[in-house]
Amino acid sequence: MLDMSGFPLELSGENTPMVSFRKVRKSYGTLTVLDDLDLDINAGEMVSIIGPSGSGKTTVLRMLMTLEQINSGVIYVDGKPLTHMPKGGQLVPANERHLHSRRSDIGMCFQHFNLFPHMTALENCMEGPVQVLGLSKAEARDRSEELLELVGMIAKKDQHPSRLSGGQQQRVAIARALAMRPKVMLFDEVTSALDPEVIGEVTNVIRGLVSEHNLTMLMVTHQMGFARDISDRICFFYGGKIEEQGHPSELFGNPQRERTQQFLSAVREAV
Amino acid sequence: MNIFDFVAQYWPRLLAGTGMTVAQFFLATLLGVTVALVMGLMKLSPNRLVRATAVTYIEIFRGTSLLVQLYWIFFVLPLFGVSIDKFTAGYVAVGMNIGAYGAELVRGGILSVPKGQWEAALAINMSPAQRMRRVILPQALVNMLPPWGNLMIELLKGTALVSLISVADLMFETKQINGSTFLSAQAFGAALVTYYILARFMVTPFMRWLEAYMARKMGRA
Repeated sequence: MLDMSGFPLELSGENTPMVSFRKVRKSYGTLTVLDDLDLDINAGEMVSIIGPSGSGKTTVLRMLMTLEQINSGVIYVDGKPLTHMPKGGQLVPANERHLHSRRSDIGMCFQHFNLFPHMTALENCMEGPVQVLGLSKAEARDRSEELLELVGMIAKKDQHPSRLSGGQQQRVAIARALAMRPKVMLFDEVTSALDPEVIGEVTNVIRGLVSEHNLTMLMVTHQMGFARDISDRICFFYGGKIEEQGHPSELFGNPQRERTQQFLSAVREAV
Repeated sequence: MNIFDFVAQYWPRLLAGTGMTVAQFFLATLLGVTVALVMGLMKLSPNRLVRATAVTYIEIFRGTSLLVQLYWIFFVLPLFGVSIDKFTAGYVAVGMNIGAYGAELVRGGILSVPKGQWEAALAINMSPAQRMRRVILPQALVNMLPPWGNLMIELLKGTALVSLISVADLMFETKQINGSTFLSAQAFGAALVTYYILARFMVTPFMRWLEAYMARKMGRA
């Protein structure tokens, strides 16, 4: 039995972060992907994660979405434990029921969109609200159409994903995630699978979310310019740890660590 | 007697037999699809006992002869106190046999759905049952329809065996006519053509239609 005494049952206080990773460890066999990660994200904050492949960036998002289990440590969302649940005054690993109740705070967009191919754009957005939140069809339709309007896809609402371009599919996927009214949105390399000329239509939607909504957002990206523009903070990951983090102007303008400098100069050369 | 005179004389019995064959086919299909779905899902269960049950079922029904299974259900089960009339025994044996083959198709179809679909369904907080029913199965169904077409034709031809427990299907009637008239070429010729027509002009077009229908639902057509 792991000693969980260092982890509170709940986080409280005025400055409780929206998301809090506490000593989170993740490994596959002997390969350590995340090494005692501590990371707090405040409500309404937009944090971008950059770093070389294999540095554990995507794993951070996948653990937060509960797509992967953690090996030790605790993740808190909105002050309450996500990966664990309180039992007898201690935290124990969460069961499916607890995960189901806590997952509703989190939404995620994927690199390959993962829209449901047998449903239209509108049906993709309505699926969660109707099936999971129990909204009536009419309510779900109103909410979904509003969001498709927001991402500029209302004209294509009755199209199936196979009829949409990558950029259009990704915008529908963003609307689908927002339809669940999450507190935290995760963007996992959402522009990596797109043709260069349509990247802008997706990044513009995310820009709009940053300026008009009070969502907490965590983004893994290779679009350095975009991350710099919209983020409140950049975390540079290296070898399963945060090597350096800070305001975009500091991290991009004046990186302190050698690995950060090497990575940024390698990325600039590639452009 | 040429085949046309033969059909002109014996068509009522041939038709009755064909009707019975079609009935056996439909009921066996219904049972077979259900069994395939249940066993296919059970084979993917995280629970070892559930998985083992499905594997045992599939091994038994796929690894032994359909005819022997039919005889077991009709002649041996009554010895254990389970009596089933011949009509029921017929389609149950054929359906359970086809279900074992279909289970592998169901399992393969489900595994062929990209992992990202599971993840997207989980990300909107669907329960495991909702993920399967609303997201995975509809896509798996489309993927497995072409091999199911083959299986349906196998099933249709497999129903001929029920004649051996005296279910009055097409094969049974044909043998009866042959036994009393000795017009073997005409009798079995008529049966051959009838099975072909059922497979080629009923089963295959229906499966094609179903594939096209599902493709439309997926927005592919």
